[in-house]
Amino acid sequence: MRKIEENIFKILMILSTIIISSTLFMIVYTLFARGIGSLSWDMVSKIPEGGFYIGKGGGILNAIVGSIYITIGSTLLGLLISLPIVIYINVYAKRNATLASITRLSYDILFGIPSIVYGAFGFAIMVYMGLKTSLLAGIITVTLMIIPILVRAIDEVVRVVPEDMSNAVFSLGGTRYESAKIILRQSIPGIVTAILLSFGRAIGDAACVLFTAGFTDSIPTSLDQPAATLPLSIFFQLSSPIQEVQNRAYAAAVILTIIVLIINIVAKIASKNLSKNKI
Amino acid sequence: MKNIRLLKDRIISKAFLALTLLSISTVILIALGLFYKSVPILNSTSLYNLLFSSEWKPFKEAFGFYPFIVGTLWVTAIAIIIALPLSLLTAIYLSEYAHIRVRKLVLPLIELLSGIPPVLYGVWGVLVIVPLIQERIAPHFVEFTTGYSVLAGGIVLAIMIFPLIISIVIEVFDNVPQDLRNASLSLGATQWQTVKKVLLRKSTDGIVAAVVLAISRAFGETIAVLMVCGNLAQVPQNLFDSAYPLPALIANNYGEMMSIPMYDSALMFAALLLFVIIFVFNALSRIILYRIEKRNN
Repeated sequence: MRKIEENIFKILMILSTIIISSTLFMIVYTLFARGIGSLSWDMVSKIPEGGFYIGKGGGILNAIVGSIYITIGSTLLGLLISLPIVIYINVYAKRNATLASITRLSYDILFGIPSIVYGAFGFAIMVYMGLKTSLLAGIITVTLMIIPILVRAIDEVVRVVPEDMSNAVFSLGGTRYESAKIILRQSIPGIVTAILLSFGRAIGDAACVLFTAGFTDSIPTSLDQPAATLPLSIFFQLSSPIQEVQNRAYAAAVILTIIVLIINIVAKIASKNLSKNKI
Repeated sequence: MKNIRLLKDRIISKAFLALTLLSISTVILIALGLFYKSVPILNSTSLYNLLFSSEWKPFKEAFGFYPFIVGTLWVTAIAIIIALPLSLLTAIYLSEYAHIRVRKLVLPLIELLSGIPPVLYGVWGVLVIVPLIQERIAPHFVEFTTGYSVLAGGIVLAIMIFPLIISIVIEVFDNVPQDLRNASLSLGATQWQTVKKVLLRKSTDGIVAAVVLAISRAFGETIAVLMVCGNLAQVPQNLFDSAYPLPALIANNYGEMMSIPMYDSALMFAALLLFVIIFVFNALSRIILYRIEKRNN
């Protein structure tokens, strides 16, 4: 009897594991099977021509470049803000002090806030500051969203740097700032992983830039111009009733899948190398 | 020279402290910002009416969020009902039964799932789940459906929250001391009995925390749900009815409606509602998870 129950559950467990781990392949396969046929060099090398949204020629270079601008801009801005925070809670505030715990808790909470709420909040800020829908407004909103990712991921690696490392710096008469520099150097592979993770998240999120970045057919040349993004381009094209335009949405989905998979796999490899070098 | 270094250290310390405090207060800033924008609607309509009235006629200034709230609840509930058993069984398998090599192969695949952007889940839902429901599943139960339904939303969301539940539950399992398992096994219990009587019992609060986190994730997911739910402002009666969850409502209307002050405020109230619910859920489960981690260190 005991054995039967055990075996039933074991089968169920293996089944669920197979189902869950195969969903990734199912999704990627479906997207490729549907989209690869409509993928062409024009798609990635041209901006939309007149009548693009009723099925005429052109591509989605505007969305690809817009996404890259927003992603790079927000990751850089995010790093500028999150690195000092991580340094502060790990080096300046004593390890596991109350302020550090509160900071970690609030970032865990912020991490769970949905991107549409960041989008709405970003829009409120934008109106308050008198900005129009623009690249800059998009970057600010996405930055807000990815700071929790960056802080959590970098904190994770900085925490495992042995305390002896900073003690050695202090014993040589170094300041906390100097020890922070040593600790950061030690955490570079982890920081790279964190950057890639936030890259993946920033490039794929649509809800948060929906009202802030705007949408345009041209490539933005300055921060105050609106910018198209890849997820929104997929979203808008898919809601078109014209088959030709829908096909391009599927092709754009393939492009986004490839970008995101590459970023994620590189992040995996980077973090694996990190654990290899751990002292 | 030494003084300059010390001074630099002190200035940086203060600057970083200020930045840290400022950034923690984003939580409060978001709440205040959204609240400030929803004041007009809160002044003109009672909270009870906002939450429990089904009348949604923005141009007559009637804002009843009931259909949207119920829609969100439906989709979230379906997602959890599908995702919880599957993820729990997978987590038990990977943590207790599977060979370390299987775990190392499967876990990264599941983590990759969490890296897929929501919009791609939406596209996949439109391509696979919606037709599947329309042609295969629904005809057995109802006369007609477009397939764009709460069920479609629930299935897509379930897949999106698999990685979250699995990674947290495995972490909780890893925090259960090996000695407890050994004690149970040495008394002659089978491995499954050990899992059932020791592991699951010991991890109940952690599993609850994981589920609550997953609920809050499902609750706020926008684009994927928006693409497969049909977006009809009605209270869904069954699995195959369309619904219009709150995040989708905000996303679909915000840009255009900000010229109408009351509508603008109503949508901000929707965002505030999402924020408050998710904030509470997140805070509770994170605190439980911190306790578990602390207890074992």
